[in-house]
Amino acid sequence: MTRNTIATLLVAALLTACGASDKAAPAPAVAATGGSLKGDFGPPQGEPVHAVLTSPPLVPPATNRKQPAKVIVELEVVEVEKPIADGVTYTFWTFGGTVPGSFIRVRQGDTVEFHLKNHPSSKMPHNIDLHGVTGPGGGAASSFTAPGHQSRFTFKALNQGLYVYHCATAPVGMHVANGMYGLILIEPPEGLPPVDKEFYVMQGDFYTVGKYREKGHQAFDMQKAIDENATYVLFNGAEGALTGPKALKAQTGQHIRMFIGNGGPNLVSSFHVIGEIFDKVQYEGGTHFQENVQTTLIPAGGAVTVEFHTEVPGNYVLVDHSIFRAFNKGAVAILEVSGGPRADIYSGKQLDEMYLSDRLADPAAVTTAVQASASGTLTKEQQVKAGEVLFKGTCSACHQDTGAGIPNVFPPLAKSDFLVADRKRAIGIALNGLTGPVTVNGNTYNSVMPPMSQLNDDEIANILTFALNSWGNNGGVVTAKDVTQIRATTKRPEGAAH
Amino acid sequence: MNRAHKLLAALAMGVCALAAQAEVVSVPIAGGPFESVLPPAANIKVTVVAPFRLDATVVSNADFAAFLVKHPEWRRDRVAGLFADEGYLRHWASAVNPGPAIARQPVTQVSWFAASAYCEARGARLPRWYEWEFAAAASATLPDARKDPVWLQEILDWYSKSARGPLPVVGASPANYYGVRDLHGVVWEWVEDAGSMMVSDDSREQGDPNRNRFCGTGALSFEQKENYAMMMRIAMLSSMKAAYSSSSMGFRCARDVAAGR
Repeated sequence: MTRNTIATLLVAALLTACGASDKAAPAPAVAATGGSLKGDFGPPQGEPVHAVLTSPPLVPPATNRKQPAKVIVELEVVEVEKPIADGVTYTFWTFGGTVPGSFIRVRQGDTVEFHLKNHPSSKMPHNIDLHGVTGPGGGAASSFTAPGHQSRFTFKALNQGLYVYHCATAPVGMHVANGMYGLILIEPPEGLPPVDKEFYVMQGDFYTVGKYREKGHQAFDMQKAIDENATYVLFNGAEGALTGPKALKAQTGQHIRMFIGNGGPNLVSSFHVIGEIFDKVQYEGGTHFQENVQTTLIPAGGAVTVEFHTEVPGNYVLVDHSIFRAFNKGAVAILEVSGGPRADIYSGKQLDEMYLSDRLADPAAVTTAVQASASGTLTKEQQVKAGEVLFKGTCSACHQDTGAGIPNVFPPLAKSDFLVADRKRAIGIALNGLTGPVTVNGNTYNSVMPPMSQLNDDEIANILTFALNSWGNNGGVVTAKDVTQIRATTKRPEGAAH
Repeated sequence: MNRAHKLLAALAMGVCALAAQAEVVSVPIAGGPFESVLPPAANIKVTVVAPFRLDATVVSNADFAAFLVKHPEWRRDRVAGLFADEGYLRHWASAVNPGPAIARQPVTQVSWFAASAYCEARGARLPRWYEWEFAAAASATLPDARKDPVWLQEILDWYSKSARGPLPVVGASPANYYGVRDLHGVVWEWVEDAGSMMVSDDSREQGDPNRNRFCGTGALSFEQKENYAMMMRIAMLSSMKAAYSSSSMGFRCARDVAAGR
C-alpha cells in the first residue's frame, strides 16, 4: 500500500467519523477517486474514435481502452409521433429517435467532441445539457441548435460515473416532459467488471390533456405538468415498452447490471424489482455502493447502477414502488429470466389452505397420526385427536366447535341422524361438497358446502372419525382407504384442486 | 429610396401580384401600452406599441415566387451564401417554382434576409417583435386573451403536433380580434428585430449577472412564465441566425401607419 493510498483511506475514515459521508457507512472501504482533479489523463491519444450509440434497452460495449482518446459523438434530435400507450399517440421530442435517448459510453479522461444535429423536420430548437460535463450549462449554451442545423462543442470527461443528459431549451420542463433525456456512462479508467447482461432503462413522467389511456393523439398539458400531476409514469417512454414480447430477457445464473436513470421532469423514483434484491447499488450514479438493497431512490435528473445475480427462473417486475404509479400510470417493466427450476431456493406454491386464527389446537397430534398411518399402526384414538385439530382448522367455522352448526344455516354434526346414517355419503360430501336442501334431525338446510379439495385422504378420514366419536354420535371409524375408494368412484367437481 | 418610390414599388408589386394571387390585405392595429413577455428593461414592464398595419395572412409560396420574378437575386440558385443557408427554398420544385401542391401554403425555408427583402420590395418591413406579440395576444373575441387558459392550451396543442405533415393553406385559420389570421398554429414567423432577441442560449441563466454579455437587448428576461406559448416562439427565434431557414419558419409583412396604404 503506497503512502498516498494510506493517506486517502485515512481522510475517508475521518470524513466518515465526522458524519460527512452518512451513506457510505457499512460499505467496504473504497478509496476516494479524487474527482475531477484526478480525472485528467492528458491529451487524447491515437486516432479519434466514433462512439457507438445504442437505443434503449441496449447498452454499448465497454470502451476497453487504457488511454484517453478523442471520442466523436453524433447525436440527432428528432421530433416523432409514437404510441405512449395502446391506442394513444404522443409527439415525443427525442435524442436519437427514442425515449430515453441513445446511450453514450466513454472513458474517464476522454476528450469528447459532441455534435448535436437538429433534424430539418423539427419544429423546435433544442440543445443538450450533459450532467457529466464540467463547464457552464453542461454544454447547453454551446449546443443551442435551430431545426435543420448542427452544433459542435468539446469537453473532457473528468469525472467517472453514470450521468443524465437532457434538453435545456425554454421551456425546459416541457422539453424534458416530452422525452428529451438519456444517459451517458463515463467509465472508470480501469473499466467496469464484466457482467453477463447490461440493460438501459429510464423512468419519466408524462402529462397529457386526456386521461390515462384515453385514446387518440394526446397533447402535452402544461397545467398538469406544473401541478406535478402525472398522467403516465413510464419506463422507456411507453406503456408496454418493456413488457410482453419486448420484456428484458436473461437466464438463470447470470450477473445482471442495469443502468437506470430518471428523466423526470418532476417525480422521484422508488425503484424496485419485485422478487430480486440488488446485490450492489451504485446510488446516485456515483462511485460508492450499497449492498443488499430492496428499493433505491432515483432523483429526477439522476441515475443509479444496480447489479444482481439471477437464481430462480420467472418474471421479475421493475416498478416505481410509489405503487399507484406502477398499477395506474404504467410504471411497469418485466425482466424475463429463463432456466431450470431451483426448488432449493424457491419452491413455488406448496400449500394453499384455509387459515383461521382460532386454530389453536396442538398440531402435534396431526403429525403423530400421519406417521402412524404411514407405518400402519394408526389407532382410533390417534385419528380422533388428529381429526379434532383438523376440524378446528377447517370445519368449525361453519359447523362450530360444538358440532351444533348454526340453526337454519349450517346443519349440526352433533347427534346427527344424517351423518351417522350413511358413512360413504359423509365421505363424498367432505370430498366433493354439497349444494341444495338436506334434512338433518328434522330441519331442512339449503346451503352450500365447498369441496374440501385441500384435504388429503388421511385428513378426511381423521376428521370424520373425530366427528363420529364426538357430540353423542354413535362411534365408528373411517379409514384413509375408505376415502381413497370414494375419491376414485365419485366425479370430481370442476375447479377442485385435487 | 424615398417614400414616393416605395409607394410606386408597392403599387407595381401589387399589380404583378394580382395576376398570380389575391391582393394582400393588411389591417390597421392601434397599438397602445403592452406588457410583453420580454419587458423592455429590468424595471420597466410596459412598452408602448405605436400604431401599425399588419398583413392579415402570412406570405405564401406563390407570393414569394412572384417576388422572385422581379428579384431573381433571391432565387435559391443565385442567392449569396451570406444571406441564406443550404436549406433556403430547398423544398421548391425548381429555383423559380414552388410547384402546384404547395403554392397556396405559407412560404417557409426562407432566411431573415430574404424575408426582409420581400417586405422591402412591397414598401413594407417585417413586424417588430412587440408588434407581432401585440397582434398575437388577441383571440377571436378579445384583444388580449393571454390569461385565458383554454386559448393558451389551443396554442400549445400546435407544439404537440409533429411538423412533418403538410402545412394548411394561407388564411385557413379563423381571423382574430383584429382580423389577422395564421398567427398561431401554422408557422413560426420572422420578426424585424429577431437578431436582438438573444435572451440567452441557455434559458436557465435568467438570473445570471453575466447576461449582459449578450448583444442588443440581451438584458431582457422572460416575464409571464406561464406564457409558454410565447416563450417557445422566442426560443425558436433566438436559435435562428439571419441566414438560417427552417421548414416551419415563415413570415408576414407590416408597415408604419404613417407610411400609408
